[in-house]
Amino acid sequence: MARAVTTRHKITATVFAWLVALLIFFPILYTLITSIKTEPEAIAGFSLIPSGTFENYITVQTQRDYLKPFMNSVIISVGSTILALIIAIPAAWAMAFSPTRRTKDILMWMLSTKMMPAVAVLVPIYLMFRDFGLLDSRIGLTVMLMLINLPIVVWMLYTYFREIPGEILEAARMDGAGLWQEIVYVLTPMAVPGIASTLLLNIILAWNESFWTIRLTTTNAAPLTAFIASFSSPQGLFWAKLSAASTMAIAPILILGWFSQKQLVRGLTFGAVK
Amino acid sequence: MATQNTKTLARLMMAPSVLLLLIWMIVPLAMTLWFSFQNYNLLNPANVSFAGLFNYQFFYTDPAFFQSIWNTLAIVVGVLLITVVGGIAIALLLDQPIFGQGIVRILVISPFFVMPPVAALIWKNMIMHPGYGVLADIAKFFGFRPIDWFAQYPLFSIVVIVAWQWLPFATLILLTALQSLDSEQKEAAEMDGANFVNRFIYLTLPHLARAITVVILIQTIFLLGVYAEILVTTNGGPGYASTNLAFLIYRTALLGYDVGGASAGGIIAVILANIVAIFLMRAVGRNLDR
Amino acid sequence: MGSITLKNVSKVFGEAKVIPSIDLDITDGEFVVFVGPSGCGKSTLLRLIAGLEDVSGGNILIDGKDVTAAAPAERGLAMVFQSYALYPHMSVRNNIAFPLKMAKADKAVIDKKVADAARVLNLTDYLERRPSQLSGGQRQRVAIGRAIVREPSAFLFDEPLSNLDAALRGTMRLEISDLHHQLKTTMVYVTHDQVEAMTMADKIVVLNRGNIEQVGSPLDLYRNPRNLFVAGFIGSPRMNFIEGTYAQSKGARTAGIRPEHLGLSKDSGVWTGTVKVAEHLGADTFLHLDVDGIGQITARCDGEFGAQYGDRVHLTPDETKLHRFDDKGIALKA
Repeated sequence: MARAVTTRHKITATVFAWLVALLIFFPILYTLITSIKTEPEAIAGFSLIPSGTFENYITVQTQRDYLKPFMNSVIISVGSTILALIIAIPAAWAMAFSPTRRTKDILMWMLSTKMMPAVAVLVPIYLMFRDFGLLDSRIGLTVMLMLINLPIVVWMLYTYFREIPGEILEAARMDGAGLWQEIVYVLTPMAVPGIASTLLLNIILAWNESFWTIRLTTTNAAPLTAFIASFSSPQGLFWAKLSAASTMAIAPILILGWFSQKQLVRGLTFGAVK
Repeated sequence: MATQNTKTLARLMMAPSVLLLLIWMIVPLAMTLWFSFQNYNLLNPANVSFAGLFNYQFFYTDPAFFQSIWNTLAIVVGVLLITVVGGIAIALLLDQPIFGQGIVRILVISPFFVMPPVAALIWKNMIMHPGYGVLADIAKFFGFRPIDWFAQYPLFSIVVIVAWQWLPFATLILLTALQSLDSEQKEAAEMDGANFVNRFIYLTLPHLARAITVVILIQTIFLLGVYAEILVTTNGGPGYASTNLAFLIYRTALLGYDVGGASAGGIIAVILANIVAIFLMRAVGRNLDR
Repeated sequence: MGSITLKNVSKVFGEAKVIPSIDLDITDGEFVVFVGPSGCGKSTLLRLIAGLEDVSGGNILIDGKDVTAAAPAERGLAMVFQSYALYPHMSVRNNIAFPLKMAKADKAVIDKKVADAARVLNLTDYLERRPSQLSGGQRQRVAIGRAIVREPSAFLFDEPLSNLDAALRGTMRLEISDLHHQLKTTMVYVTHDQVEAMTMADKIVVLNRGNIEQVGSPLDLYRNPRNLFVAGFIGSPRMNFIEGTYAQSKGARTAGIRPEHLGLSKDSGVWTGTVKVAEHLGADTFLHLDVDGIGQITARCDGEFGAQYGDRVHLTPDETKLHRFDDKGIALKA
């Protein structure tokens, strides 16, 4: 009896869970379907069966040069993340392994800089970028996104590093390892998984950042966020092409995201939820 | 001495991060503060003069200001309500044994990885468009007149879009927290005669408290600055109906070329964010200590 | 060679004086155990010797050479940690070889020493495994192996057995003692377990609140505890402390008598008491008694004595083994 109830329970839960999941996923799914419809099909009313054309993708590439903003997105998100890692790894390392009474305060302060609304500094940043000739430049945007994500990178690395037991580093010191050897042979191999998750998550965050990337670029350095935002103007209103462009903008990061969902929780909650 | 060296080294290693963030925090903020007391218009950059509190007064007396503050709070509170309540419900559902759990999880988490402009465009054109959107198709099917969401309910529409983006995040975190609930505790509660509702109130909810705090904190950080969703869909309108503080400042600065006014707005935004932050950091700081 | 000398060593963490001032001599080849309740500073003292913490004052000498300012690696010591601190990403072989690689030893030398250590510690079949694939006892042996290959002038052990279950702890105790007899190297061993201290040590250092209460051989501490703290800490079950008229009649503030120094009889004795709990261990029985005019007393008797809850029994303290303490808790000379 108990067995039968469990199976029925499982089937009920499955039906509801799939309904909810499909409802949540529906806008993405429908975009995907619309992207392989023809333009007349796309506005012909609700239909889940496309004719299966890839013309829209080709059009987005040939008419709007999709590859350029895509490369900008890659360069800016990967570049800013690596830059942030280079700066944050030593800091997180120091805070995790030689904590002082002030370490926690510094971490909280870093987090609090994330609280500063971006618009509050829009004017000076815009003016500085203009005066230094950084508007619409990849370098300027890379530095900008590095600064924005630096607190999160430090926090994430800190929570990963903190899980490496201090006794192991002391053991290495007793075994005669110098600082450099300690880093190369002991710390790095143990820290690599944490660094990799941090890298992945921050690429996602940087890829999707949509304030500075839109405001500080026009054409040359515009990543996919700015590219897509430009479709909101009337001449961009072609359903199927818009869907194709949207699909291309989110597909890489969607797939990357699926692989990183476990680390996502840890990373974005600063280790508070595991 | 051996460990004294380590301490000096530790300071050196922290220096770049701390200095960069310090500069990043202080320099632009100081400039904003300075501009906020100046008459400074980008259309007339040669003519800059001291304005005293005029910019603040101007911003404060602008009817759009209070509306934008109200809209900002409405977006934050509305989205938090939907995502936390919905997140708990969906997390409880996904915590049951189900077939295809992995795929369901992937489907549910997906909207979080969609960049804001794309999310806004999808909802604007595919779902909520009064002519060609799916909701319009459904309305027509049942013989109703389609609703022009962005014209009639602009703020609500934006809350829906943003909530759709953040619901997966809340769900995933709450689900992770749920799964860490000790099954022996559940069994003990069952032995003690607690039914599902009692177990939820006395066991599950307290266990989720920390995760809920974290969800609220992190989402608030991002929700105070919702921008791209508004830019792509309503552009703040009709009128100021869907303009939040972030969008108002952007309008003043880059559409009105009014550096002084926008800076005053920026300072107000900082103060608002700080009020929220103080409450949140206190709650979270306490919660993270455990 | 491995003699260690502490002169006036002190350690302060912020406001807290963890170790006020300690002088101690450890001679070459000795097995010294630091024992005391948690928070007594025993681990801190070991870490000061290791160089993992800086002293706040005083000097540390190893083989007569002042190493107070030397880095841990320069002191020629090896340490076995409570958590074993094995490198999780390295095989057992590489874990054991790590200190030799750091010392830039020849490959042939490394291979030979690792093989020797593995043979001594019964790890030969496990050399290619990762630490996570080993049992607790095996991990412990890898940690010891990593220490052995350095051929240190002294081994430092920080509560190495506390993560093992009771049976394994007994075995590892024997193995470490055996290792000491084979290597004849100085060993400094920290534990909170007085059984480990009594069974393994040549010399026990009893610590309390950062101060040395007494230093001596296990039997010395057992027979002649210098004060109430040592008397209560060494020996199991604990020594009975009696105050009041009985102690005064012996010219002391407190009188102490170990459970094993009480003669039990069902017929006659100096004291009479009621059995509250009888713990039958087989060979021995521990009786927890309520003794008339004295109070709570624990007595150890032969397993065949056969007392039950509620029985009235008679006790006779062996007065030659009575300990007497003055108002300050210091032992009075007989």
